[in-house]
Amino acid sequence: MDAGAAGEPSTRRADERLTAVGPLRRLLVKPELGALVGAVAVFTFFALQSEVFRSARGVANWLDPASTLGIMAVAVALLMIGGHFDLSAGVMTGTTALTVAIVAVEFEQNIWVAIGVSLVVALLIGFFNGWLVTRTGLPSFIITLGTFLMLQGLNLGLTKLFTGTVTAGGLRSVPGYASAEWVFASRMTILGAEVRVAVLWWVAFTALATWVLLRTRFGNWVFATGGDEVAARNVGVPARRTSIALFMTTATAAWFVGTTLAVRLTSVQANTGTGQELIYIVAAVIGGCLLTGGFGSAIGASLGALIFGMTQLGIPYLRWDADWFYFFLGAMLLLAVLANRLVRRYAEAARR
Amino acid sequence: MPAPRRLLAFALAAPLLLASCTTDGNESDGGGGQGSAGGGSGDLSFSVITHGSAGDAFWDVVQNGAEAAGEDLGIDVDYQSDGDPQRQAQLIDAAVNQGVDGIVVSMANPDAIQESVEAAVAAGIPVVTINSGGDRSAEFGAIGHVGQDETIAGEGAGRELAADGARNVLCVIHEAGNIGHEQRCAGAATGLGAQVTPLQVDINDLTGAQSTITSQLQGDEGIDAVLTLNSAVAAVAVESVADAGSDAKVATFDLNQDVISGIQDGSILFAVDQQQYEQGYLPIVMLQLYAENLNTVGGGQPVLTGPGIVDATNVDEIADLASAGTR
Repeated sequence: MDAGAAGEPSTRRADERLTAVGPLRRLLVKPELGALVGAVAVFTFFALQSEVFRSARGVANWLDPASTLGIMAVAVALLMIGGHFDLSAGVMTGTTALTVAIVAVEFEQNIWVAIGVSLVVALLIGFFNGWLVTRTGLPSFIITLGTFLMLQGLNLGLTKLFTGTVTAGGLRSVPGYASAEWVFASRMTILGAEVRVAVLWWVAFTALATWVLLRTRFGNWVFATGGDEVAARNVGVPARRTSIALFMTTATAAWFVGTTLAVRLTSVQANTGTGQELIYIVAAVIGGCLLTGGFGSAIGASLGALIFGMTQLGIPYLRWDADWFYFFLGAMLLLAVLANRLVRRYAEAARR
Repeated sequence: MPAPRRLLAFALAAPLLLASCTTDGNESDGGGGQGSAGGGSGDLSFSVITHGSAGDAFWDVVQNGAEAAGEDLGIDVDYQSDGDPQRQAQLIDAAVNQGVDGIVVSMANPDAIQESVEAAVAAGIPVVTINSGGDRSAEFGAIGHVGQDETIAGEGAGRELAADGARNVLCVIHEAGNIGHEQRCAGAATGLGAQVTPLQVDINDLTGAQSTITSQLQGDEGIDAVLTLNSAVAAVAVESVADAGSDAKVATFDLNQDVISGIQDGSILFAVDQQQYEQGYLPIVMLQLYAENLNTVGGGQPVLTGPGIVDATNVDEIADLASAGTR
């Protein structure tokens, strides 16, 4: 750590307030590094053992679970960088999917009307979460746990009220379905494999979130709010509005994923999405987000989702006993967090 | 600064280390599985993909049935399950990509896995559906269905309860989103010829389920029978009846050791046995017959494995079979 990194500052007029940082250290302080190493390791591990896993069709197969998870994980990562959690994110994918199905089928509306109604519902829930958290100052963990449970009850209660059963279905014959399918659930052939359009949306959302975080004023506000809310407010960051916007972003992602589910599956179960919220957080944490806020990355969260997708389908490709899946996932989470902690400690030492 | 460098090396190596550990652990596991199934020719390989939650006793018996058939017939049988319909569909896609010779799939939510099942059929892989979804099986191009007609089973339970004098039945549903459960309760109402009150509980939270059933029994003292749809919930319902000081009888769908002892000691009236071992075993036989001889069964009509009623008259013989994990 002596030769390349420190350099020889005396040759030019150096600013003594700045430390020269070598390329290796610059790489290491990136939050997504742990996830990248993990993703490469997991891919190599499965690809070496299963020919199908590394084939184009196999890749398309495991990109599918990674895509919808990834869209949520990116939004959840933004929220976590902003210093908050949203435990209602998982069940909200169910709420929005059920809204699409019920409005379109039971109220006999064009599917795009139903999708619009669903977006409004999602934004209202997101605003409610954010408003309550910023207004009361209570931990978002508690507030969104409340909305999570309320939505779980509403999903079941309202579905049974409107459809008489616990599933809302029949979307395939609704007007506008073909165009909605094209946007949310079509497939395209890339290198001989049928790739779901959700994968493209996932890449697009990751790129958008990364740009917002790193290149815009709002991105700076997110880091500042999550790092230290009081300090952020003191220097003029609208912390309250930033938090509410982040909750509404998560809700919008849940709307997008919920709509994708509804259009793809054409029938939605009342318990859809329950329990997924922790998986989103796992993906974000593997991707380098800190639970305390102020640090993390959107690309990292996407890589976390990718690891999850590869693991989820890698295990059946190797014909292993799927009972061990969650053990593997849990071990992965622990190692990712430990690796991140070490990298971060090193990075902080390097900054001094 | 050697310490951070060493830590860093560890951090980078950690995921690799994990991967290698998992290789070791699971290679021995996979080896065992292949060894047990490698008795016969081993040419065919079938995938069984269900919607059962991992660790559900009911689906464990299905898995035992499928694996026993694989062993008996010398077929490589792989069992996977995921309760989420989208992930179940992805597992079906994975099996199609692997080019297996046959797929067995349970259909709790037929619409959600329709595309994947039809893709399997289009790829020339024969599909047998099991458990629920029998009415959609032929439409998706499956060569057959092995299951229990939930409405018929529910009616059977309702008639049995009526014969025991029940008039006001609480029907405990433990999976929100499973149409089969709704059909069982509706069938029970038909068979009983009286009102059946549905009650929603969560199979993953049995203590919560117990207090929910207790409070329902305390709230409506007219309830004279509790019908549960799962053996684990039945054990909980027996406790609830005792807690509430009610004299309601408990009857259930599905068997396990607790239900059998319950029937033996009289705390459970009867169990509607779906005989799900057959839902694991028979599809493997059907797929083999189709693969080797192009046989189908009943022209694709559902093969019904239930309802079989287990009560005080036959419980002792069945007790031995259940402890072996086949009933």
